[in-house]
Amino acid sequence: MLNALLDNVPLMIMLVGMLVGIASTLVGTFLVLRGSSMLSDAIGHSIVFGIVIVWLLTHQQSGPLQIIGAALTGILTVFLTELLVNTQRVKKDAAIGLVFPVLFSIGVLLLNLYASDVHIDTHTVLLGEIGFVWLDTVDVGGYRVPQSLLSVGAMTLVNAAFVLLFYKELKLATFDAALAKALGFAPGILFYALLLLTSGTAVAAFDAVGAVLFVAFVIVPPAAAYLLTDRLWLMFVYGMAISVLSSVSGYYLAIAWNVSIGGMMAVMTGVFLFVAFLAGPHYGLIAQRMRRLGQRRFNESRTLAVHLYNHEGSPEQATENVVRALQEHLLWDAAKAHRVTRRSCAQGHIVQDGERLHLTSLGRALAQEILEPGSRGARH
Amino acid sequence: MTFVDWLQDYTLQNVVAGAALLGLISGVLGSFAVLRKQSLLGDTLSHAALPGICLGFIISGGRHFGSLLAGALVSGALAALTMLLLTRNSRLKTDAALGITLSTFFALGVVLLTYIQGTGNAAQGGLDSFLFGQAAATLRSDLWVMAGITAVALALVGALWKEFKLIAFDPGYAASLGLPVAWLEALLTVMIALAVVVGLQMVGVVLMAAMVIAPAVAARQWCNRLETMVALAAAIGIGGGIGGALLSALARGLATGPLIILSVSVVVLVSLLFAPGRGFVWELIRLWRGRRRLRYQQVLTTLYRLAVHHEDPAYRSEQGMVDSYHGVGSRKALHLLERRGMVERHAARDGEPSAAAQWVLTRAGIAEAERILSALGEDGENGDAERAAG
Repeated sequence: MLNALLDNVPLMIMLVGMLVGIASTLVGTFLVLRGSSMLSDAIGHSIVFGIVIVWLLTHQQSGPLQIIGAALTGILTVFLTELLVNTQRVKKDAAIGLVFPVLFSIGVLLLNLYASDVHIDTHTVLLGEIGFVWLDTVDVGGYRVPQSLLSVGAMTLVNAAFVLLFYKELKLATFDAALAKALGFAPGILFYALLLLTSGTAVAAFDAVGAVLFVAFVIVPPAAAYLLTDRLWLMFVYGMAISVLSSVSGYYLAIAWNVSIGGMMAVMTGVFLFVAFLAGPHYGLIAQRMRRLGQRRFNESRTLAVHLYNHEGSPEQATENVVRALQEHLLWDAAKAHRVTRRSCAQGHIVQDGERLHLTSLGRALAQEILEPGSRGARH
Repeated sequence: MTFVDWLQDYTLQNVVAGAALLGLISGVLGSFAVLRKQSLLGDTLSHAALPGICLGFIISGGRHFGSLLAGALVSGALAALTMLLLTRNSRLKTDAALGITLSTFFALGVVLLTYIQGTGNAAQGGLDSFLFGQAAATLRSDLWVMAGITAVALALVGALWKEFKLIAFDPGYAASLGLPVAWLEALLTVMIALAVVVGLQMVGVVLMAAMVIAPAVAARQWCNRLETMVALAAAIGIGGGIGGALLSALARGLATGPLIILSVSVVVLVSLLFAPGRGFVWELIRLWRGRRRLRYQQVLTTLYRLAVHHEDPAYRSEQGMVDSYHGVGSRKALHLLERRGMVERHAARDGEPSAAAQWVLTRAGIAEAERILSALGEDGENGDAERAAG
């Protein structure tokens, strides 16, 4: 039964993709919220150096020791970046952009030098080979489990345990670092731990998705989730859901078009982000536009109500409270005047009697709310 | 192969010329990017060039340098637009927008790259070389294209120098003068995309980030004027480019791109450490000197106060007393004071409980201590000292 599942190549590929996405979302959510997204880019690139070094030293590509060893380069990047920033000679973004290319360059040169010794070529470094994860398996209790599945699965568990254990500390440190520090929660150490896990995830995911596509898995699902909700735990749920959907849809699209599976999965995270950007319930572009439109229409109705209210019962009522007068006094063109009048009629703010417009009690209340706040219905 | 032969090598000449052009354009444009705190823009735009290169290939049906570059420029511009859209119209911050654009555009490029490979086009060889750059494959005709792009970018910078300078330092003021700030910023962004396009062949999309940032950061350490900085950044870029290219020619088999990046980064490191004024080493020395001076002044005034308190200018302060005020570290300061003739060291007299050294202020020492204290505004004690000395 389990063997049948493990021999199911598409399932294994999608599962690795999902787990990469889930593990990355767990750490990426905090990176996005802290405004440190680009650190994942730096970490993703500079672990190449660590992976090559670890390979040259131990001649093994996976295993807890290898993951930790290579992940240390990620931490080294962050440490060197902060060191540069602390000299106050370089701004943070420039420091990031200075450090990781150096480590990445050294990694690539080492690959050049020891090309015959190293299991990866420069091409895989960037792109990964998620389509071949099922080739490299290890024996676990009689089952042949893909190596990537094992390491990415382990990182998923570690990340999940970390987030669950330190949920409230992480939340506090992310949203109010000063308070966290005052309460003695050491937000700095917590952040470094988070980055160590990010590096570990990058190393575990490296064979599957490479250095650059990893960035998509870390940043894009949490960013999309951030556009959908204000609640932290919901961000995790949405981010993981997007990761899972991206893996599945990316896999099938990649098979259909015969293109890179990892690349297509990453593109799909972008597609979901774009959908969230457009159609998110509160922060989406469409929702924003709708809200603005609704606000504008409401303001037009109120303007009309106030205009009618001002001239109600006065001698010039017959000339002022007609549709034509709106064009002169409110500077509305004819089409707009008719549109607003029709809408106000439909909403029951006014009634039209030939040329003349009369406020209903609802419309009068609307005008009084603006003109005489606090004395609703005083003129009755 | 003699040195002259080596210099006349066709490939080497091309590589060196290309690297110099890249250094020139990225040094100049990088200066503006770094000053405007948009250092990572180059990173994002270079990764985002990949889908454009692939589309250029698909549309033109082959590896035509010009169409690939046009594609790279178009997708760079689209990426910049996407970033603008995300930061202006959503709650995402710049860093997230940079990362999203970088990774999704790159992923799209990977998808297109595998699509091209899947179609089995014979000319596709060398397309992945844009990932890491393949300087050795540079042709003379490529160089002309790169030189043309560089010339256009430099001409634009020259023509709009005043405007660019203003938006680099004070965009708010520029806007209040009625300058089209948004357009100028867009122009600078597009020009960084131009620099990226020049760098694709030489260092590849991944390492372009450093090429934009490093020369500018290095140049910034040496000067405080934009004119000098831009010129210096261009020089550093050219120097690093040529250095990397020559290194890779010497050590055959090593990729040119990483070597160019490393040589420019070495210049950055040296500048950060040793540039006059801003160099970190000088600051450490200043800090150490300041600490030493403070220690020296503390110890001297302590001896002085002890003398005042005991109404004896030749008061012998025991080593242990000074230590209890300032810790064991005071010994170094005491030796320095002794060398400068501010204190004298006396051996303990017979029959005293401690055999430790004892310190007595000299006349010069008293004068110096009074100078220090009066500089601190503690004149009140001057009279006491005079009396004690008398």
